[in-house]
Amino acid sequence: MADKHGSDSATSAGISVQTMEIVVALILFGLGGMVVFDSSRLGFRWVEDGPQAGYFPFYIGVFICVSSLVTLAQALFGKKRGGVFVEWAPLRQVFSVLVPAAIFVLGIQLIGIYVAAAAYIAVFMVWLGKYGWIKSVLLGVAVSAVMFMMFEVWFKVPLFKGGYNPLGFLGY
Amino acid sequence: MGIQRAFSRGLLPLVAAFGLVAASGPVAAWEPTKPVEFIIPAGTGGGADQMARLIQGIVAKHNLMKQALIPVNKSGGAGAEGFLEVKAAKGDPHKIIITLSNLFTTPMATGVPFNWKDLTPVAMLSLDQFVLWVNAEDPYKTAKEYLDAVKKGGPNTFKMGGTGSKQEDQIVTAAIEKAAGVKFTYIPFKGGGAVATQLVGKHVNSSVNNPIEAVAQWRAGKLRALCVFDSVRLPYKNKVTETQAWGDIPTCREAGVPTDYVMLRGIFMPAGVSDDVVKFYIDLFTKVRATPEWKKFMEDGAFNQTFMTGKDYADWVAKAETLHYGLMKDAGFLAKK
Amino acid sequence: MEEINALFHGFSVALTPFNLLLMFVGVTLGVLIGVLPGLGGANGIAILLPLTFTMEPTSAVIMLSCIYWGALFGGAITSILFNIPGEPWSVATTFDGYPMAQQGKAGEALTTAFTSSFIGAFFAVVMITFLAPLVAKFALQFGPPEFFAVFFLTFCSFIGMGKEPPFKIVAAMMLGFALAAVGIDTVTGQLRLIFGWHELMRGFDFLIAVIGLFGIGEILLSMEEGLSFSGRTAKIDPRIVIATWKKLPKFWLTSLRSCVIGCWMGITPGGATPASFMSYGIAKRMSPDGAKFGTGMPEGVVAPETAAHAAGTAALLPMISLGIPGSPTAAVLLGGLLIWGLQPGPLLFVEQKDFVWGLIASMYLGNIAGLIIVLTCVPLFAAILRVPFSIIAPVIIVICAVGAYTVHNAMLDIWLMLLFGVAGYAFKKLAYPLAPLVLALVLGDQAESAFRQAMLMSQGDVSIFFSNGLVGSIMALGLLMLLWPLLSKLKASLLRQR
Repeated sequence: MADKHGSDSATSAGISVQTMEIVVALILFGLGGMVVFDSSRLGFRWVEDGPQAGYFPFYIGVFICVSSLVTLAQALFGKKRGGVFVEWAPLRQVFSVLVPAAIFVLGIQLIGIYVAAAAYIAVFMVWLGKYGWIKSVLLGVAVSAVMFMMFEVWFKVPLFKGGYNPLGFLGY
Repeated sequence: MGIQRAFSRGLLPLVAAFGLVAASGPVAAWEPTKPVEFIIPAGTGGGADQMARLIQGIVAKHNLMKQALIPVNKSGGAGAEGFLEVKAAKGDPHKIIITLSNLFTTPMATGVPFNWKDLTPVAMLSLDQFVLWVNAEDPYKTAKEYLDAVKKGGPNTFKMGGTGSKQEDQIVTAAIEKAAGVKFTYIPFKGGGAVATQLVGKHVNSSVNNPIEAVAQWRAGKLRALCVFDSVRLPYKNKVTETQAWGDIPTCREAGVPTDYVMLRGIFMPAGVSDDVVKFYIDLFTKVRATPEWKKFMEDGAFNQTFMTGKDYADWVAKAETLHYGLMKDAGFLAKK
Repeated sequence: MEEINALFHGFSVALTPFNLLLMFVGVTLGVLIGVLPGLGGANGIAILLPLTFTMEPTSAVIMLSCIYWGALFGGAITSILFNIPGEPWSVATTFDGYPMAQQGKAGEALTTAFTSSFIGAFFAVVMITFLAPLVAKFALQFGPPEFFAVFFLTFCSFIGMGKEPPFKIVAAMMLGFALAAVGIDTVTGQLRLIFGWHELMRGFDFLIAVIGLFGIGEILLSMEEGLSFSGRTAKIDPRIVIATWKKLPKFWLTSLRSCVIGCWMGITPGGATPASFMSYGIAKRMSPDGAKFGTGMPEGVVAPETAAHAAGTAALLPMISLGIPGSPTAAVLLGGLLIWGLQPGPLLFVEQKDFVWGLIASMYLGNIAGLIIVLTCVPLFAAILRVPFSIIAPVIIVICAVGAYTVHNAMLDIWLMLLFGVAGYAFKKLAYPLAPLVLALVLGDQAESAFRQAMLMSQGDVSIFFSNGLVGSIMALGLLMLLWPLLSKLKASLLRQR
């Protein structure tokens, strides 16, 4: 998985690689710190019958902290790996998938997977694919219906119906 | 527990009869209106899982319920995931849960906030036994011989394999240690089948597997059963191995190790459900118990077939909780506050 | 040849029209189950188990094991087409399978995957047929120290192979270990790294991380490049199967090695997942094209698929002969055996000849049926890539959400999946490698408990890992693999001096 994006076009505007490196390294450092903190609560020593519950996590946390610090230092002081992490226009594209996906997940939480999925597919098709409403809604409902048959009816795997469960009348 | 059992045996036909009358009476009894989720607070393939899936199969095969019964494994956090879900589903009549000892041990050992009182007890299906096993190639013929050897070997020389940490197997081990004045090195494994295999491969010296977990190896002459941790011998007289039936295994009490421990295989459901609902499920499980498949399963796994409902059941569970608290406290397994 | 006779008897048991029908139904259902992430073979069999209670045990196990074969085949499909592994052991298939699909060679990648799976399974079945008792004894040799040694070997054959900055490799791998540690510690029963948040008790399931990091992450990356998946313009030619077959024989050595690794991991039972990673890692070390792995080499598909399928098949042997399941799916099948009134264990081969040999015969037939079904569908699967992006993308996200949910039936997991998706996008762009993270997440937990069980056994003495020939030689092999890049460099410089 080589990094083939955002390499040489340092001129155009966007989030720089350096900024992203720093942000990710800081997040990792924070996570590592949390791991170290909780492991020291559990006990991280090597006692007579081997390591305690926190032994491995402790050193894992330490490794995460150290390696993220090195990455951070490289990003701050090292040879500037210039370039843009992502330009604004593609970033907008990414968000145009990410934000609806987040809304979709929120939708699952509220109205359940089936209704949310039908709506999500339809809206996505109309908005990003420029399909007609009728076609989009039909496809969304069809996918949802197939899923419903497969999971609820045939395999008997109940999926999340949401806080409000609009399909409650179906008896599943 | 002997008195308890005698009591419940007397009560059983009564309860069954009552259940049937209630179901066939003219009053429109409650029935599930959608599939019932059957939560298993353990992973796939374990004892509770096998029992739950057998019940699902029996219910489907004999058409005991109009709606489907759907087993769902929620094994996270030593089963706490499943219990917390049922606790949160207050008043939901379409959710039941099968328990093992982790009903008591998990909250005590981890401090996760739930208690059986957060749930409605439905019925005790059976009690699972524990047997002390050693490798058949080892020289020990009786529990006494083995424990003498353990004592002679000094603390932490002999290894006891078991399922999970601070759960039933380790509690039983702690109880033996207390009764016999010995000290094992307890090695936790993920499942009962793995423990039996480790014992056959001589990576541990003994185990306290449930009968069903070790029966295959016993029949093949790889393992030897030393004693059973119950107050009376098992009632099953059919030969399982060449020479022995379950009933031929002495109790640990007879063998000079005064410990007994049985594990609850019972059904609970969320709090705040009506009596009609509970009655429906009691009736359902009474019918399940009457099927030949269930009887065969009970015999294969040498279960103690005690059945209890209502107040008896709740009382039994309360007593078992106190018992577990004592055992866990003695062994130092309680969560640090 | 007593086994041959028994096997032919088995064929006569398995080859009734009804059983053949069940075989095809089973494989088709299995492929469907394998394709849907989250709904793996174990779930599928658990769900369909009750349906089989009214059948003959032999017919029932034929159908269920065919679901299993189908699921093994099916796991590769989404890995190759969308970079979403449907099953844990398909992760290593994405490393080269997905780049192949991106280059428009989806049909070739699928054919390679299916054929390799079949070869792996066939090898394992032949081994089960003739070596069952011997092999079962070998499995008993494995205690905690040996298990740890196996995990050690898996890690060693895999690390140090990336081109990414070394500190990022360490960070990614350690992050995987940290995620694996979340939840209940199996050795002491303590809750770790959940910070009082009980929803985290069940830990981070590997599938959720993988669906997010690989699947959602990939969609976000594709979005950046405009509304399309690369490789969708691929020509779909039904003759692709034959064309691919012509190229495969040259990978015979990789294939054979992967078969052996797979069988070993299936029996011990390390499982299909370490088998696929180990096999991929070793193939990369050994192959002359090793440096090009990860860019779409068919050999990088052959290795993990062969090993995974061999392991998946071999995992049934300890179940039948010892009563220990070598995989979650085998565990569910084991439950089935008990319910049909069959006692798995050393006596099954003696007492239930019809059943055992019927099952073994169905392994041969089921895999052949599976291969025919999936190969005829290759053009169909490849055609999925032609569906316009703005239709397939939301459908994939919906399927990912369903998959994440079904793992634990938990809503939180869907949110986590989304979070992992964002992380996967950022990691890929910043050259943090995902493979070590995933490997650590899958095996970290098991490796740690094996290590600590071994420590309990030896009372804290590390020399237990060299205490007998078996564990010692696996550990030594692991160290050899770890030092391999150094050794090969040394060899190269020596040669140059000469």
